[in-house]
Amino acid sequence: MIETNKLSKRFGDFIATNEITFEVDKGEIFGFLGANGAGKTTAMRMLCGLSTPSSGTATIAGFDIYKQTEQIKKNIGYMSQKFSLYEDLTVTENIRFFGGIYGLSNQQLKTKSQQLIHDLGLEKEAKKLVGALPLGWKQKLSFSIAVLHEPKIVFLDEPTGGVDPITRRQFWNLIYDAADRGVTVFVTTHYMDEAEYCNRISIMVDGRIKALDTPRNLKNSFHAASMDEVFYALARGAKRSE
Amino acid sequence: MDAVIVNHLRKVYQDKTAVDDVSFAVKKGELFGLIGPDGAGKTSIFRMLTTLLLPDAGSATVDGYDVVKDYKAIRNLAGYMPGKFSLYQDLTVEENINFFATVFKTTVAKNYDLIKDIYIQIAPFKKRRAGKLSGGMKQKLALCCALIHRPSVLFLDEPTTGVDPVSRKEFWEMLRKLKEQEITIIVSTPYMDEADLCDRIALIQDGKILSIDTPNAVVAAFPDKLYAVKADQMHRLLKALQASPLVKDSYAFGEYAHVTFEGDLEQELAKQGLTGIELQTTPVTIEDCFIKLLKEKQ
Repeated sequence: MIETNKLSKRFGDFIATNEITFEVDKGEIFGFLGANGAGKTTAMRMLCGLSTPSSGTATIAGFDIYKQTEQIKKNIGYMSQKFSLYEDLTVTENIRFFGGIYGLSNQQLKTKSQQLIHDLGLEKEAKKLVGALPLGWKQKLSFSIAVLHEPKIVFLDEPTGGVDPITRRQFWNLIYDAADRGVTVFVTTHYMDEAEYCNRISIMVDGRIKALDTPRNLKNSFHAASMDEVFYALARGAKRSE
Repeated sequence: MDAVIVNHLRKVYQDKTAVDDVSFAVKKGELFGLIGPDGAGKTSIFRMLTTLLLPDAGSATVDGYDVVKDYKAIRNLAGYMPGKFSLYQDLTVEENINFFATVFKTTVAKNYDLIKDIYIQIAPFKKRRAGKLSGGMKQKLALCCALIHRPSVLFLDEPTTGVDPVSRKEFWEMLRKLKEQEITIIVSTPYMDEADLCDRIALIQDGKILSIDTPNAVVAAFPDKLYAVKADQMHRLLKALQASPLVKDSYAFGEYAHVTFEGDLEQELAKQGLTGIELQTTPVTIEDCFIKLLKEKQ
């Protein structure tokens, strides 16, 4: 679903993302970890078709990262902790707005928004402004809207930052359900326990991917009891920090 | 003597009660953690204690001074690092520190011993504008500026939010050193794993305190025996646990699921065709306690 080969991005002398090569399979939950400033955001912007690489190649859902950025955008979903939804629109209005942008028909919008509101148990809040919802609900709603148009891949940039431990787990149930439906999930997080929920993870340090494997194999090869230790062993020597 | 005393504090915004009858006390020299998710009311408590927001009810003192009546005294003795970076982006590192020192009628030289360990890490960039610093550097500069007038109480509002695990560890090491200088520190965080680094913690959600104690005592109050279980099919395991009549509570926890139960769970799971089952007791963490307290409340 995602294939990159020596993908790089330079800003002047600074190599933000340095020859990263990896593949992500359909329906896989792929954790994209790294210290602040390691180059994750730059890489993610390229993968979403928002930033042109300096060198290297990549295809996203089969589309070329240089030439077919519009097709890429139609076939992916995106959510981050910062950009979520329009706070001064209601729950229903946000669903209609984003669904509309992704070209869903009125009929599709109607059935899908009812289904979504039902699945999240938001019936009572459907006509409330999104700004009035607790953060955890906003994040769950934001995720559901990001996958409303049935994208092939969904990119999640620190989706659970600051969310309470119960909601964090409910959020991961939504991720599992999406992966079961065949959606490929590409997720960044600073919670190392969440790294364990991924099928495979990569850890970036100073622009390069320093490790890529299943959580279990990474722990074995680093003789570490937890992902926290693996991360620490790799990122401790980082020269860049942001 | 208690450095901070909070008595039935309340703050209401329109129809939302952000801080709901909160009381706690922090001893002098203590490292006290307010642990809870975004929207729990942590920032409102900080803003009331630092005299930037008036309480709707209740009272509080910092070093014996009342947060409403004696706000001027508190502003001189408290150090505050807000969650959002709020130094002057157009001033250099050096200019920011000098500015804050001057505002508090002191000099950098006078208090250099206090910030030295942190300052030497940003000293190579002292001519750089604050706005051009990396996130980790900004955080260190903000801490220096909050310390430069040698506060007796330091308030740190989510200093590690969005920060990677390595930088988080470094930040807590800095706090540990500051504690040796006998500064009282109140720190808030949404990361449950940071709770263990505090002397005492208050777990907070929806403006209410769920529990206050030492991390060890909070963990010791967990009433059930906690088990960690895993299987080759984790997603199916989680669903099976949720459906099982033997299970009191279950939830994903990193590589494992944490579960409290009665009876022969292993046999029941095996009957459902799950393979590679490993079941063992596991130490309770603050996160387990927080989940338990939240569920009791709901």
